[in-house]
Amino acid sequence: MFKLTIEDKTHSCQPDETVLDALLREEVNISYACKKGTCHSCMVRSPDIQPPAAAQVGLKDTLKKRNHFLACLCHPEQDMTIKLPDQSEFYTEGTVVVNEMLNRNTLLLVLTFKDAFEFNAGQFVNLQRADGLTRSYSIANIPQESNTLEFHIRRLPGGKFSEWLHDEIKPGDTIAVSEPRGHCFYLPDRTEQGILLVGTGTGLAPLAGILTDALRHGHSGPIYLFHGSREVEDLYRIDEMRQLSEQHSNFHYIPCVSSKHVPEGFTHGRANDVALVTMGDLKGWRVFLCGHPEMVNQMKKMTFLKGASSADIYADAFLVTPV
Amino acid sequence: MTDTQATPSNTLYERIGGEPAVNAAVDIFYRKVLTDHRINRFFEDVDMEKQAAKQKAFLTMAFGGPHNYTGEDMRKGHAHLLKMGLDDSHFDAVVENLGATLTELNVPQELISEVVAICETTRNDVLGR
Repeated sequence: MFKLTIEDKTHSCQPDETVLDALLREEVNISYACKKGTCHSCMVRSPDIQPPAAAQVGLKDTLKKRNHFLACLCHPEQDMTIKLPDQSEFYTEGTVVVNEMLNRNTLLLVLTFKDAFEFNAGQFVNLQRADGLTRSYSIANIPQESNTLEFHIRRLPGGKFSEWLHDEIKPGDTIAVSEPRGHCFYLPDRTEQGILLVGTGTGLAPLAGILTDALRHGHSGPIYLFHGSREVEDLYRIDEMRQLSEQHSNFHYIPCVSSKHVPEGFTHGRANDVALVTMGDLKGWRVFLCGHPEMVNQMKKMTFLKGASSADIYADAFLVTPV
Repeated sequence: MTDTQATPSNTLYERIGGEPAVNAAVDIFYRKVLTDHRINRFFEDVDMEKQAAKQKAFLTMAFGGPHNYTGEDMRKGHAHLLKMGLDDSHFDAVVENLGATLTELNVPQELISEVVAICETTRNDVLGR
């Protein structure tokens, strides 16, 4: 019999029981449906130890790496600590060190931490204001020795949190930051694989992190980044990306503008449409899609139909909290 | 099913190649279904990952593998599609795509026939009859 610990409570798991069965018997409030590993409703996380391989069958590589597993398929092999998806999070305090504009509506926010902040480039965190108002933002850099996290914050008209960050926050202020979440990140395997990155607006934030991570690991396959917005003034980091593409012959940067006014050096059209026209067969490619939810959902399907395996498509749809 | 299924090494699921075979088939099958204009409107789930997981469960069942779908599950799971006009022609098209997928993977014709036979056992439940 093994012990299952959730927050400060301990439950027993009988030898013939799955983690899900044990938690349901103990009346823990956990979501589930099919009980056979198909629906992924009961996915939970083991923060400290690797779960049994049989409990990770069918999960994406990045979820496996973060020790996510399916409670309905898990027969524990030792005592386990379990994190439920909706469980309250552990927040650490970050101090603002940089707040400057990247373009006319996007703020670069850099926070520093006393202790090392572990994450994979491309993940997101929840930022929380003192009154409890919370929003998710993607991390835009790779783990630094200086323990800093970088965020790109687009000002949303009437957006309570983004307006607060844009208008009121200043260096020295502190913000509560959750543990990193999400499974849209780079794993340093199959370095010869082609990588397609498509993002709109601040979708560049996670993609920039993923790109930096891939280049740092010596990724040798071709890497294409399509970054789009309506007007050229809403793109950013253009010079930095161009510079990177000069330094790395396998990296190709295609900034896209969908409005009529398209300056030289930019491609006319939506980033996703341009990407689909530019790219050939995506069989064997790894795909990262970040930004507008409709773009992300449509591109998941289109890149799959163009040959990318569903296991190789990573997506982060930016949902906007209604004002 | 026949008595040969009683010997584990002889089940259709094992002869066809088990879970690796399902994994090899699922993307090919789902791609065919999504591009088949006769039926793709029934598969336009906004969440592609969940939809892909459903396809995998379906293939596992069709290959004679472990599943615990009941006829009742089949009826409930397809009721909303009946309202969209799901009928025999669509069922046939799905089976046709599955057959084409297996042919592409060089699965012998006699195994494909067994898979098709398993699919047939669900037809009335899927179509709510």
